[in-house]
Amino acid sequence: MLSKRTVCLALAGALMSGAAAFTPAQAAELKAEVIHWWTSGGESAAVKVFADQFTKAGGTWIDTAIAGGANARTAAINRVVGGKPPTAMQFNTGKQFDDLVAGDLLRDMDALAKAQNWDKIVPKPILDAVTRNGHVYAVPVNIHAQNWLWYNKAVLEKAGAKEPKTIDELFATLDKIKATGVIPLAFASQKTWERGLFNSLLAAQSRDLFVNVYTKRDVALVKSPEFRKVAEAFGKMRDYTDPSSKGRNWNDATALVITGKAGMQFMGDWAKGEFNAAGQTVGKEYGCVVVGPSYVMGGDVFAFAKIKDADQTAAQDVLAKTLLDPETQIKFNAKKGSVPVRTDIDVSTLDACAQTGAKLLSDPKAQAPAVELMTPATVTGAVEDVISQYWNNPSMPVDDFLNKFAAALKSDI
Amino acid sequence: MKPRRFLRHIPGFIALAPATLVVLVVYIGCVAWSIQISTTNSRILPSSQYVGLRQYEILFANERWLTSLQNLVIFGLLFIAIAIAIGFLLAILIDQKIQGEGLFRTVYLYPFSMSFVVTGLAWQWILTPANGIEKVVRDLGFPNFRFDWIVDQQMVIYTIVLAAVWHAAGLVMAIALAGLRGIDAEIWKAIRIDGIPKWRAYLFIVIPMLKASLATAVVLLSISVVRLYDLVVAMTHGGPGIASEVPAKFVIDYLFERQNIGLATAGTTVMLVTVLAVLTPYVYLQHRRSLKGGHA
Repeated sequence: MLSKRTVCLALAGALMSGAAAFTPAQAAELKAEVIHWWTSGGESAAVKVFADQFTKAGGTWIDTAIAGGANARTAAINRVVGGKPPTAMQFNTGKQFDDLVAGDLLRDMDALAKAQNWDKIVPKPILDAVTRNGHVYAVPVNIHAQNWLWYNKAVLEKAGAKEPKTIDELFATLDKIKATGVIPLAFASQKTWERGLFNSLLAAQSRDLFVNVYTKRDVALVKSPEFRKVAEAFGKMRDYTDPSSKGRNWNDATALVITGKAGMQFMGDWAKGEFNAAGQTVGKEYGCVVVGPSYVMGGDVFAFAKIKDADQTAAQDVLAKTLLDPETQIKFNAKKGSVPVRTDIDVSTLDACAQTGAKLLSDPKAQAPAVELMTPATVTGAVEDVISQYWNNPSMPVDDFLNKFAAALKSDI
Repeated sequence: MKPRRFLRHIPGFIALAPATLVVLVVYIGCVAWSIQISTTNSRILPSSQYVGLRQYEILFANERWLTSLQNLVIFGLLFIAIAIAIGFLLAILIDQKIQGEGLFRTVYLYPFSMSFVVTGLAWQWILTPANGIEKVVRDLGFPNFRFDWIVDQQMVIYTIVLAAVWHAAGLVMAIALAGLRGIDAEIWKAIRIDGIPKWRAYLFIVIPMLKASLATAVVLLSISVVRLYDLVVAMTHGGPGIASEVPAKFVIDYLFERQNIGLATAGTTVMLVTVLAVLTPYVYLQHRRSLKGGHA
């Protein structure tokens, strides 16, 4: 049995240690605590590039890696609101930090953006995604394209098919693969990837339609014949997947392409890591192609909270500058499998897919922002539910789907 | 008389004060706060802009929320009924003074030692068409056998019931067995002398005497119904489509991934009101009974 006094002492001790944790730690020169969610093998190798470059610039990198994007963001936001923000925190390019900007909790990076000429070197959708009311509030570090089609070269060769560039060619290729008895489309039937497939098809149909549907959220666009065509194509895709695709993880689907059990997979450029880990090289065992006219861009950014401590502000300045340094960009993106956000640097050291990506990136007519950049998370989620319902219910009429889709776009308060 | 009784209880009040404070501030305070948040347009950060019942309108226009509520009812009724039936049956079987009782007890209780995540993953593998049961039966020489409930939007919720029953039946068995072992040997003697068949003895004499065990089991199972989340995430992710979504998952998704604490707290408020609506008559009944009979 604990005596009352012991309990009191323990409580007092707990309170004091709590208080100690809340007094600002005396920061040495240029100490930067960074919250991020890059915890897998390839990801930690990539973030180490940032740490090394920052150390080279005279700083000390304090790594606070939290597994899982939502967890890391929640932790970072709680710390900011609680008054003890980290030096820098990761977000996905898009609307995730809107509330922090609205609450006047983030530093603007206007000076840096001006010094590094962001308006010339950063693609417009990415720059727009970090700009609020004319001020830049985050540093974009990479661009992940979400609408790549990955394919097994041997499977396509055997089927006598070539890499598809349009939706019609895509169906022709799928049919040919199907005839050889291989699973035509490796698919991971989870909400995120169902949405991914739909948006890849929408972007393949028309860049303008893709952008306008999500930015204008106009019912008329959803009811247009062009959008209906995409919905029908999406429905037809069910016939090219295998029954075990339900609930499958995306990397297991990629493994099907790697082993030749399936022909192709729509997935972001992070799938490249799986091919590389299996010892395959692009152009030899596997290929990558963007179907249609749009290059759908997402990615990651770092945001910097307002901190009164001058040392911390200085650390933020140095870190922010380091992130977009050309050397850092090339080294980081080579490890991460993404494409640099700067269009003014030499990408010849990156692999063939990344080079294709970088080329598409510099063409404003191909640049399309990912859905997360256009709609708030709650709308993205509601749309995802609708797409998933439609995919998993082949008997749902297309009109029902279109109505629900339009309603989901308007589900924001 | 009264003031003295009060004085006598002062140390008790002091001892209970911290706990009372925690209940008042942490529980009631947080509940009040989240109800307040549900009347604002909050997204990631709490906002103070009042929007009335708009979040509730959005919530009840949301098909996923409605499906979640429906699933909770289906799951709750079936899960509690089946788990209790199987649990009591197992307990009665074990109660027959069988050999190797310890072994069976352990085997039946084993699933309960596993987390819902492990349970969910295991059953996902077992039920996946072309992989689990379906493949085994087909390989046995029934090539047209179909068992694809887990990918069928109409049936998927029953697979969750299946996994949850598998998980919880052992616990019910343990509770029921403890109750059975508490039955007075004299009663069994009387039953034998009267020549009552065993099944009738259990059904009409013994089980009615296990009311307390039954109540414990129902309360424990009901709690896992309301907080049902991890099993669904591990097993189906709420899919196919939105067919196996549940309210707790809706709330967590909107709280974190979808960054909409206004809508999420509207969901928690509805859940709270539902639980209270079920609980209040029960508590009232208990209270009246204890007033009448001295003990329930």
